[in-house]
Amino acid sequence: MPTVNVDKEELYTALGRTYTFDEFMDLCFNFGIELEEDTSPKEMAIREVGAHKVDESVSDRPILKIDIPANRYDLLCHEGISRSLLVFQGKAKPPVYKTVMPADGKLQKMFVKPETALIRPFVVCAVLRNVKFTELNYKNFIDLQDKLHMNICRKRTLVAIGTHDLDTLQGPFTYEALAPKDIQFTPLNQEKNMNAEELMTFYENDKHLGKFLPIIRDSPVYPIIYDKTRQVLSLPPIINSDHSKITLDTKNVFIECTATDLTKGKIVLNTMVAMFSEYCSEPFTIEPVEVIYEDNRLPAGVTPDLSSRTATAKIDYINSCTGLKLNPDEICDLLNKMSLEAVPSKEDKNEVVVQVPITRSDVLHQCDIMEDVAIAYGFNNLPHTTPSVSTIGKPYPLNKLADTARVELALAGWSEVAPLTLCSHDENFAFLRKKDPGNIAVRLAHPKTVEYQVVRTSLLPGVLKTLKENKKHSLPIKIFEVGDTAIKDDTQERRSRNVRKVCATYSNKTSGLEQIHGLLDRTLQMLHCQPVDKNGTASGYWIQDSENPTYFPSRSADIYLRQKGETQVIGSFGILHPEVLEKFGLNFPTSAMEFDLEPFL
Amino acid sequence: MATSEDIQTLILTTLDTQGTIENTDSLKTADGATIPYLAVVGVLNSLASKEMIAYTTIERDQFNLTQEGKDIADSGSHEAKVFNAVDPVNGIAIAELAKLLGASAKIGQGKAFKNKWIKKDGDKLVREVESIVDQTQLDALEIRNTGTHSKPATLKDLQARKHVEKVKLISYNVTKGPKFALKIEKQATDLTAEMLADGSWKTQTFKKYNFAGNPPEGGHLHPLMKVREEFRKIFFELGFEEMPTNKYVESSFWNFDALFQPQQHPARDAHDTFFLLDPATSSNFPDKEYVQRVKEVHSHGGYGSIGYGYDWKIEEAEKLLLRTHTTSVSSNMLYRLAQETKARGSFKPAKFFSIDRVYRNETVDATHLAEFHQVEGVIADKNLTLGDLIGFMEIFFEKMGVPNIKFKPAFNPYTEPSMEIFSWHPGLEKWVELGNSGMFRPEMLEAMGLDPDVRVIAWGLGLERPTMIKYGLDNIRELLGHKVDLDMIQSNPACRLDKKMGKELVGKDAVDA
Repeated sequence: MPTVNVDKEELYTALGRTYTFDEFMDLCFNFGIELEEDTSPKEMAIREVGAHKVDESVSDRPILKIDIPANRYDLLCHEGISRSLLVFQGKAKPPVYKTVMPADGKLQKMFVKPETALIRPFVVCAVLRNVKFTELNYKNFIDLQDKLHMNICRKRTLVAIGTHDLDTLQGPFTYEALAPKDIQFTPLNQEKNMNAEELMTFYENDKHLGKFLPIIRDSPVYPIIYDKTRQVLSLPPIINSDHSKITLDTKNVFIECTATDLTKGKIVLNTMVAMFSEYCSEPFTIEPVEVIYEDNRLPAGVTPDLSSRTATAKIDYINSCTGLKLNPDEICDLLNKMSLEAVPSKEDKNEVVVQVPITRSDVLHQCDIMEDVAIAYGFNNLPHTTPSVSTIGKPYPLNKLADTARVELALAGWSEVAPLTLCSHDENFAFLRKKDPGNIAVRLAHPKTVEYQVVRTSLLPGVLKTLKENKKHSLPIKIFEVGDTAIKDDTQERRSRNVRKVCATYSNKTSGLEQIHGLLDRTLQMLHCQPVDKNGTASGYWIQDSENPTYFPSRSADIYLRQKGETQVIGSFGILHPEVLEKFGLNFPTSAMEFDLEPFL
Repeated sequence: MATSEDIQTLILTTLDTQGTIENTDSLKTADGATIPYLAVVGVLNSLASKEMIAYTTIERDQFNLTQEGKDIADSGSHEAKVFNAVDPVNGIAIAELAKLLGASAKIGQGKAFKNKWIKKDGDKLVREVESIVDQTQLDALEIRNTGTHSKPATLKDLQARKHVEKVKLISYNVTKGPKFALKIEKQATDLTAEMLADGSWKTQTFKKYNFAGNPPEGGHLHPLMKVREEFRKIFFELGFEEMPTNKYVESSFWNFDALFQPQQHPARDAHDTFFLLDPATSSNFPDKEYVQRVKEVHSHGGYGSIGYGYDWKIEEAEKLLLRTHTTSVSSNMLYRLAQETKARGSFKPAKFFSIDRVYRNETVDATHLAEFHQVEGVIADKNLTLGDLIGFMEIFFEKMGVPNIKFKPAFNPYTEPSMEIFSWHPGLEKWVELGNSGMFRPEMLEAMGLDPDVRVIAWGLGLERPTMIKYGLDNIRELLGHKVDLDMIQSNPACRLDKKMGKELVGKDAVDA
């Protein structure tokens, strides 16, 4: 969930009144955003690095930190939040965005070269005329680009925004893709002219820009935008040129959004112009740009498309979902509070017609409209009902069986532990003196915590790690776990399956093998399983000496289970091998048992 | 040497004849010997525990002569020895004196000069007075006889000169106790089977009992599992069926795509989700037509939706991962519900729940683990309303012991509306988030084949956080995982969701607890 920092004074001025923290929190809560705290950049910096390290120049102007739902890009800046809250309270009407032609009637043009298809195929552009920047709204303008880049633009992979002082440039513009060595310009806030190869080296350790370089770095061609004089505008998605940079004195703003996802490119451009056309001499007017794909990848046309989308929602659907009995006019009033212009349909009494503005790309279905009705009505004002759904409760049989085993193990005097299911490859194999057969363990791709390499195939490593952390506990230590392991299985839809197992250990000054053996007998007895002669045919279990590398030589046995004439080995028990104890940092003899629980279902 | 039985008899008979023993120092055995202090203490304690006697301690200081002090008492001070060695007529040669008195000669000379008892005459010492009084010897003798000295200053001086040392003497004043008797009755410590058999318990007296319980040697269940059990009971009480969540490995399809979560969603990034190296992908989807419907609704919409308008790729859906939420299982269950509905020809409402592990590729800290438990409930029926969801949440959270909840609009890719559930936390004095809830999107349900009037409401919350609050834990690693303290597992009380426990207790409740 993105967090936006808005200037408190600027926000309350826009909202036409001041609020106490609790008052404003309530307003946010009901609208669906979350007021986190009232702080200042200085306060935040002090908290992060300590008072002695914070520079005098850091501002102590109060700011409000507000959490925004991830799909509401229109709320990622002061302008969007203040506008929506005013409308929500019925204090303002949502703005109507209009396109205007330039004074000379000639639109700016952007020509897209075919090679851009190789790297970043789309671009959408717009112009804002006679913008009045102040320090506050300039900062909002930069911050919004950052927020969009981090969220909908997926760290600039899907969309990258470039904004320019149009008066430093001359159209028409071209969007091209060239070899890095053929691109030469002075990047934003730098003095040195460099080619794109040098630029990559220059920024590779940059804290802010370094992370974006891999998006294009290994491509044979880089995307680049030029004006008529071959002046570079930007090298998307990395950096703009210094030449065309926006300053507080900039009047006319050229915005280009290059994209790998055209839908998102349009949403980002729409969000930019919807928010900042507020500062045009004629607010909410936008000058379009003609975009021409030379290979006709897309038909030539103008961007942005400011027209609202007409959507409809059924009255009975809205009432049925919300549990309300609203008439069409009431529904429209509520939708207007959510910045959705709505009117009852002339053709269908059971329908409202909604104009979805460019800022509301989150509206996909009538359920989104229904939600806005519910929010405007107030979730906490909705009638409370109890669903009269008559169903019968039922446990999952394997969980019920596992609970039976857990309780019996605890009744026998063992204590339950809950280790993690992720562990290192060594813990799962080498530490148990086992070889990885190569085809059983589920392996993770890019774990942030390096020791999370596999999903355990045995409960033993986690139980032994728990023992290690409890070496100071008085002896004997008796612990168990009943839990899932996972193994690969190509016959399954997910090419793997969980296997529920039982594991218990006994640690003392002596091995206690007879204790573990006794526990095994008790547990199986409680699971309705009797000891039987291995040479007979009766259903039940028996044990048989085995040599198992995890256990001490001649001190382990396999557990055999015969059910309906079918015999399988379900597990083993024994005195753990001293090398296993050493690997898990244990210094007292320990006996262990582990077996599959699922055959007892 | 008197045995402790002799001493016991002596004390009891003395008490019997004298009524009281003013000071045990006065006790003498038949042969007139004093009784060692430790022997007296042992007997007194034993008798007192039977309430046969009572005693108080008498403490006093005694001054004893050191070896040097004893020498002075026996043969006079060094200076007196020197004076006596000087012949009254002829005096004594200094060299001679040293031979005669050894070490005393040097110490004694100085003192004798200072006292003006002797003087030097050439290489001889001669007397200056005719006779002397050896006060030092007299002081030593007084201490030997009385154990102290009438002049405190002298005592102090002699202590400083190490002629005298102070010792503490302890003795006792003894009186009869309520159960005084001349004969000691043997008291039993415990009731035995023999006593029951022969009836001797009726006359036997019993030793005073010191209460101290022994902890029983039973086993223990893990607190997280105890809380899980309480949640399961709530679900069963409300008629829910448990979902088969025993599959940690899930396909991106069920974890995301089936839930109408777009393929560019940040949660689908390897930074947040554990994708698998092996097995990396699976194309074993049983129902290709359903996959096609999901593709269509993502890329071009359908069922009244405009969709996300992007190029949906099967390769993304085939990526295997460790499930990021148990909703992956819910989506699979709802798909099966749609299949059953089709097979049966009519819809049957369903209530499902699960409590199981989910995975996030997180950096682990005190509040985050890469694996944790999710509690999830799902209700599917025709024409369910948001009011039903709110009403049901009130029932559910009331059973959890949370009576005051309210709802905040939120965003979730697969529910619309989405509502975060908050409860008032009296300790923190603010509303805290408890969980999430919502109505599944039609794009998800209708693609599965459920009718448009079938609505599915769902909610979820973490299991670890309420457990940490219930059991007063601050670090999630001390709850789930191997860093758990076995003492914590073995000493924690049973979980009662409807009773305030641990950090839920504030103000007076916390003090009373």
